[in-house]
Amino acid sequence: MKVSEIIEKLGLTVFSGRKGLDREITGGYVSDLLSDVMGNAQEGQAWITLQVHQNVMAIASLKDMAAVILVNNLEPHENTVRHSDDENIPVLGTCLSTFEIAGKLYQLLNQ
Amino acid sequence: MKSFRTDLHIHTVLSPCGDLEMSPVRIVSLASKRGLDIIGITDHNTTKQCELVWKLGQRLGLTVIPGCEMTSREEVHCLGLFEDFDALKEFQHFIDQHLAIIPNDPALFGYQVVVDEAENIIEALDNYLGASLDVSVEEVEQKVHELYGIFIPAHIDRPRNSLYSQLGFFPPELKVDALQISKLAKEITVREKYKIGTEITLVKFSDAHYPDDLGKTFTVFEMEEPTFEELRKALLREDGRSIRIP
Repeated sequence: MKVSEIIEKLGLTVFSGRKGLDREITGGYVSDLLSDVMGNAQEGQAWITLQVHQNVMAIASLKDMAAVILVNNLEPHENTVRHSDDENIPVLGTCLSTFEIAGKLYQLLNQ
Repeated sequence: MKSFRTDLHIHTVLSPCGDLEMSPVRIVSLASKRGLDIIGITDHNTTKQCELVWKLGQRLGLTVIPGCEMTSREEVHCLGLFEDFDALKEFQHFIDQHLAIIPNDPALFGYQVVVDEAENIIEALDNYLGASLDVSVEEVEQKVHELYGIFIPAHIDRPRNSLYSQLGFFPPELKVDALQISKLAKEITVREKYKIGTEITLVKFSDAHYPDDLGKTFTVFEMEEPTFEELRKALLREDGRSIRIP
């Protein structure tokens, strides 16, 4: 499923990285410890987090992740937006909590 | 140059996780008896016990640097140390503006009490001091430096609440005066693991929460006198000053 499709189906906000909306999502990863994501996330996953720091984008890029989804109405830091545009990895947002958005994404990807 | 045994990461009874035995009078007495020359008082997200420790330290010839251990929004723990109480007061104001308001439950998190010289409780702080500030680690660093303070990310080798655990790697725009490793860590191992170049100074402090922790862990500062400016020079290894982890 493409990033653009989950945006539509889950009602996500697009903050940045619009050139990456055609990326294919293969799964999801949920973590707020960036060291853990560096070690355990997989290519193509959508990363659900509450961290808004610019290091998020470097790690998303390193792991070649499909998108980052910020929860609880959080907004990315300006440097995070810049890196997202540079790397073409979209940063998306939701008003839902991590639990709720992860549940919905899981359901969507496993239909 | 003279050698000063320095431990700039010490909690008092005011930290929720700090032992009730860590009163200002006990800290200065043990620090002095166990051979420390300079100590830093760094409670979690508060500076309110620093002045008394400083005052009591003066009587024993112990240099006390006022400071704080802050929790950034990424939950990175970092130390801020200040030259005087004007800067400290301004920094406390910054904390008051940014600390998340969560009522403390002493049964769960521990007591958060300010005590006097006779170890009487004079104030209990209501908001949980283990909560985080709503500002990034860079914004915390900028505030410390704006007040001419020293900024040192704490226990960087720990698997939680450290710069590397929370942020994965060293954030490119962060300006540090040193990085603190935890008491059991080895400098060379930490440098290799996190690829830290020699241009960054590493220090080892105790992060003492209990009286037993005091005096066992320190860094030796080789400098002229026990002042804030000399500490800064030693961390930057300027004018022949240096530091050494024993």
